[in-house]
Amino acid sequence: MSPSRGDRWLAGALGLAAALAGGAIVLILAFLVIEAWPALRQVGLSRFLGDSGWLPAAGPDGNFNLVPMLAGTVAVTAGAMLLAVPAGVISAIFCRYYAPLGVSHIYRRLIEVLAGIPSVVYGFWGLVVLVPWITRFRPPGQSLLAGALILALMVLPTVALLAESALRSLPRSYFEGAAALGLGRFTTVRSLALPAAAPGIGAGCVLATARALGETMAVLMVCGNVVQVPTSFFDPIRTLTANIALEMAYATQFHRSALFVSGLALMGLVGLLISAVERLSPKPAYE
Amino acid sequence: MNRSSVKADRTATFLCWIVAFAVTGTFFWILWDLLGHGFKGISWSFLTTQPRDAGRSGGISSVLVSTSLILGVCLGVAIPTGVGTAAFLSEWIPRKSRVGRWIRRSLDLLAAVPSIVFGLFGAVFFGEVLGFGFSILSGGLTLALMVLPILIRATEAGFRSASEELRLGGAALGLRRATILRHLLLPAASHGIVVGLVLGVGRALAETAALIFTSGYVTRMPSSLLDSGRSISVHIYDLAMNVPGGEANAYATAVVLILLLILINSLASWATQTWLGGRSLP
Repeated sequence: MSPSRGDRWLAGALGLAAALAGGAIVLILAFLVIEAWPALRQVGLSRFLGDSGWLPAAGPDGNFNLVPMLAGTVAVTAGAMLLAVPAGVISAIFCRYYAPLGVSHIYRRLIEVLAGIPSVVYGFWGLVVLVPWITRFRPPGQSLLAGALILALMVLPTVALLAESALRSLPRSYFEGAAALGLGRFTTVRSLALPAAAPGIGAGCVLATARALGETMAVLMVCGNVVQVPTSFFDPIRTLTANIALEMAYATQFHRSALFVSGLALMGLVGLLISAVERLSPKPAYE
Repeated sequence: MNRSSVKADRTATFLCWIVAFAVTGTFFWILWDLLGHGFKGISWSFLTTQPRDAGRSGGISSVLVSTSLILGVCLGVAIPTGVGTAAFLSEWIPRKSRVGRWIRRSLDLLAAVPSIVFGLFGAVFFGEVLGFGFSILSGGLTLALMVLPILIRATEAGFRSASEELRLGGAALGLRRATILRHLLLPAASHGIVVGLVLGVGRALAETAALIFTSGYVTRMPSSLLDSGRSISVHIYDLAMNVPGGEANAYATAVVLILLLILINSLASWATQTWLGGRSLP
């Protein structure tokens, strides 16, 4: 039976929708490259890594050193993950193995709510509560530390929820075997559950890292946005994302093209992490 | 069990509870601070008057209108495209086909794009190439791209959960594929669509970075989709960062945003339970 005319129309429409959805990322990447091209060609990659400062508004003769922003992004992300990974994984273990059933339910729900709080609200809270609190110890308060703390809070739910689902998906027979061997709870968790769930937990951590790298509003609000390579936790920093958000409003021509270069750098970092997730995942996310 | 492993278990238990208390404590600290400062600022007049004096005084009526218009544009584009793509992926092409793999792969990548990059793209593509400028239309279309992966993923899961008997039965009755899709599969997949919508709306409401350069900062009441309009998240950001003395209204607006998100979440779980409970097929 040949498809009716209505069915052919429908197939065409659905195919078109799918082409639009699938093509979006290609369009985005293409525009990033096209817009970044003038700066990349005239300034060259080496000056983006070795110039004496960041003064892009002066046109091709300005300074285009992205290293402070790259360092800021990497430092704040690393600081956040240093806190969020242990806290998130321990939260997941708590939920699965150590908490009483009722507590586990409530705690999981609470983490889901934390995951739903918008980043601008985290940033606002950081700005009015956390930053003044840090200022008391070491001004100026808007700092790498503030950024790392807020980011850690923001990505902790991602780590915890993905680690919990990795632990949950372990086969029941593993635990029956461990119980039959007379293994204690701690031994079971350390030597059985964690190694078995490691790929899933690892993938969750990398996804959370990608999210922390790309986060804009919260770090923009609490990090101080000074262009410098940080030397201590209390130094203000500027991330790649904040750099774009701050300067895009008034950037023209060459300057704007330089901002697209930082967008491209950001996409590069995120792309690296996403391909790492594909390697880590027990099976590909799409199948 | 030897003594050292009992001791290790006790230490682990202690550590787990400490972390759980710390996370819970921080959560309530944030909540208490936001509600404590923000709740008293909320009133009917706060919701129904326009911002004055850069938002320091007055309410957020125009911000709420702009936010709903941006959301409307976003969903108006994302729902047909997303549901269409999900239907295409799950019903029209073989599950492991190369086209399907490529589309899913590019959607995974799209989901990973940082929101500021969406903002850059939206500003150039919708704002300049298509000529929409700083407008609600640009912002809504940019957001539509952002929520597509979530919506498609959830809807596709909905289609996949529909029982195979529906498709076979429909085909056996000689129904057209359009009819099978519309009357059998779409209702069966609707819980997936609702889940995707909730997640998508949540993300769209919370979004700030992608909107600053697309829908803009203007606090006036928008009169068309081509006007610039400030969304609720951008309003919080602007009051907190750029308006000295805007803190009180920023707190109140943040509480309104959180209440909106809670409302949407509960509406969705109510809808999946009651409305879909009667409608979803066996």
